Amino acid sequence: MKGLKRSIDKIKPNFEKGGKFEKLHSTFEAFESFLFVPNKVTLSGSHIRDAVDMKRTMSFVVIAMMPPLLFGMWNVGYQHFLANGIETTLLQTFWFGFLQVLPIIIVSYVTGLAIEFAFAQSRGHEVNEGFLVTGMLIPLIMPPDVPLWMVALSTAFAVIFGKEVFGGTGMNILNPALTARAFLFFAYPKAMSGDMVWIVDKPDAFSGATPLGDAMIGEVSRIPDPMDMFLGYIPGSIGETSKLAIIIGALILIVTGVASWRIMLSVLVGGIVMGLIFNLVAFNDYMMVPAWKQLIMGGFAFGAVYMATDPVTATQTTRGKYIYGFLIGFFAIMVRVFNPAYPEGMMMAILFMNVFAPLIDHYVVKANIGKRRKRWRKAHVNV
Amino acid sequence: MSTTIKVKKGLDIQLIGAAAKNTINISPKTFASKPIDFIGVYPKVLVHEGDQVMAGTPLYFNKHSEQVVFTAPVSGTVKEIRRGPKRVLLEIIIEAGQTIEYVDFGKADPNSLTREQIIEKMLKSGIWPVIRQRPYSVIAKPEDNPKAIFIPAFDTSPLAPDYNYIVEGEAEAFQTGVDVLRKLTSGEVHLNVLDNPATSNIFLETKGVQINRFIGPHPTGNVSAQISRLDPINKGDVVWYLRPQEVLIIGRLFLSGKYDATKRYALTGSMIKKPAYFKSLAGACIYDMVNDNTLEGNPRYISGNVLTGSRINQDGYAGFYDSQITVIPEGDYYEFFGWATPGLNKYSFYGQFFSWLNPKKKYSLDTNLHGGERAFVMTGKYEKVFPFDIYPMQLIKAILVEDIELMENLGIYEIDDEDFALVEFIDTSKTEIQAIVRKGLNLMRAEMT
Repeated sequence: MKGLKRSIDKIKPNFEKGGKFEKLHSTFEAFESFLFVPNKVTLSGSHIRDAVDMKRTMSFVVIAMMPPLLFGMWNVGYQHFLANGIETTLLQTFWFGFLQVLPIIIVSYVTGLAIEFAFAQSRGHEVNEGFLVTGMLIPLIMPPDVPLWMVALSTAFAVIFGKEVFGGTGMNILNPALTARAFLFFAYPKAMSGDMVWIVDKPDAFSGATPLGDAMIGEVSRIPDPMDMFLGYIPGSIGETSKLAIIIGALILIVTGVASWRIMLSVLVGGIVMGLIFNLVAFNDYMMVPAWKQLIMGGFAFGAVYMATDPVTATQTTRGKYIYGFLIGFFAIMVRVFNPAYPEGMMMAILFMNVFAPLIDHYVVKANIGKRRKRWRKAHVNV
Repeated sequence: MSTTIKVKKGLDIQLIGAAAKNTINISPKTFASKPIDFIGVYPKVLVHEGDQVMAGTPLYFNKHSEQVVFTAPVSGTVKEIRRGPKRVLLEIIIEAGQTIEYVDFGKADPNSLTREQIIEKMLKSGIWPVIRQRPYSVIAKPEDNPKAIFIPAFDTSPLAPDYNYIVEGEAEAFQTGVDVLRKLTSGEVHLNVLDNPATSNIFLETKGVQINRFIGPHPTGNVSAQISRLDPINKGDVVWYLRPQEVLIIGRLFLSGKYDATKRYALTGSMIKKPAYFKSLAGACIYDMVNDNTLEGNPRYISGNVLTGSRINQDGYAGFYDSQITVIPEGDYYEFFGWATPGLNKYSFYGQFFSWLNPKKKYSLDTNLHGGERAFVMTGKYEKVFPFDIYPMQLIKAILVEDIELMENLGIYEIDDEDFALVEFIDTSKTEIQAIVRKGLNLMRAEMT
């Protein structure tokens, strides 16, 4: 370690002000702090600090995405071999999916990080770790058969127009990963819908529709067994199919204090409430799908755990989080059932509520201000 | 009447190096009065190097409030008037004589004096600055009539001194001090104690105060946390506060006629060989406490606690309001993949280090930042260690954009930078939050006067 540190120290002056590679300072800093937590000490305020930092926090989000990712890789292989009627071992199945998914991950990270580094450099900032999460989320919400150039294009769009134009990490309004997904959805609707993209190398005769795709065209009876949907043996975006894997991820996020359980819970409640309302009204088959079943279909669970909880684009106040989450769940099911153009309502619901999150916070904070004013008036009347 | 108030939010950081309950008397060679201990004071010096002073001789006064003078805590020779960049007056150092000679301000029974006479006596003797006000934590204005006076008689900050031990044997001075305070407000004098059998009878038997019992983690011992639960500050309100050692100084003035600045300091921290209490005077040089008592390594000396104290040198001086000296290791080292280790030995508020498996463990924390400064990303965490009905993140952002009206609306009068110390400690983005809050308070104060 000491040798490595010495060689880093040796090349360091080149990257500092006046050095040969001054322009690459942010890049150098990012790599150095990746290898070694810096020797910076507290200068003002509290003399001691929590051991946590952004790298640690973001790595836990990435760790929490591992269960859906690993299952997703296996499932990509499973769906492929199932559609083609080939029997394989567990390892072969996983390996097929691994080779299919890995390039998507690499493309997403390389595209996004290159843009992040460039922007950090031009702003003279340190590189924020936010993209470590976005870069993993994007592959998880892509269909397995998505062309790689689409991944690159949508990632670039999301990072530049979803994040950097607002000022970078912490300033964005919309969830960058969902922005990437939405971009693909609207730019290439043909490629992103139908039953072709969900299974790799699908033979034409085999139906590769997702449960939501079936439900949308009125084929509610084709919705698979709930247990299959819960465990994830269904076609779908890479990371969204296994609700079990998502629950494991959710537990990691909650125990480590990274994501808000309030948002996750209230999204579920919102979804159930809308589902129950539909069950009561029930004037078509889709509305009769039991409310609980709606929660294990499509990207609802994945969105609730990994997307809605993004702290930057969600509401910041505690009360706001309950409202925000509830409305996401509520609108997700509504869009899903009512709008024939979007088989999955979760993406639209979260992006929609991302836009409204600051407004919700505004009113929650305003209530606090009102309370303080009232106390002041009361005190002054008594005098 | 006595009530128990439970505070739920907060965090007790478990550190190594609490002071043992034994007191060592020391007589440091030098003492100092540091104008930088007092927020908003512009000092005008009254002495020259080489002058002879007695305990109670005026050293300087506040140009903005000329009646507030600051007097020498000890008798001797003015050794040095030390200035910093831009000629800011840092400290007036006094070399102590063999015995302490006091200026005689005359004994008096506070109960037979008027409010004006009491204030005059306190101003003249230079002990008035022991009383501070909220908002802003500046020295109280003698012309104000505070709506209440608060005495937080317990401290919850890391390795905090135990006031029950500190006031031992000084019941009379404490009661006299409280009698003085009673005369200064038409409202209540609140004496806030921990709901704990160890609470000293000196506090419990004090007359003329409302005793409030508190229980909860840090920052329950902070005066803002107590005020917010008993008598919240509204716009325009003024509340005064002081700690038990400061009540004793007032009491002694009226009992003996002297400015007797005797103080006990808790010497704490993981770099101290034998943490204990030290008896000296206000503004004592810490050298005699820490010399031969510090472990090998690169120590940081702090006057106060690890969350809010100020950094001093090995031969530096204790702050006017501080009852604690802390010595911890500096953290100027690189850590290979430090962010990726399991972290069994790392203290964290979050469940991201496996040290949570051992919640009772005590730590020796150093001054390493453990990361680089980042944008605000996480939300909903500050609130967990911030027991106020205030939105901390929104207030911090209001301060950053210098929106005076919003700061006021969001409750800046009710808090102080020390209340954000835990927020700063747990902050993932490593922002210097206490400095931001202090900047906001200063802006607000400038705007209001």
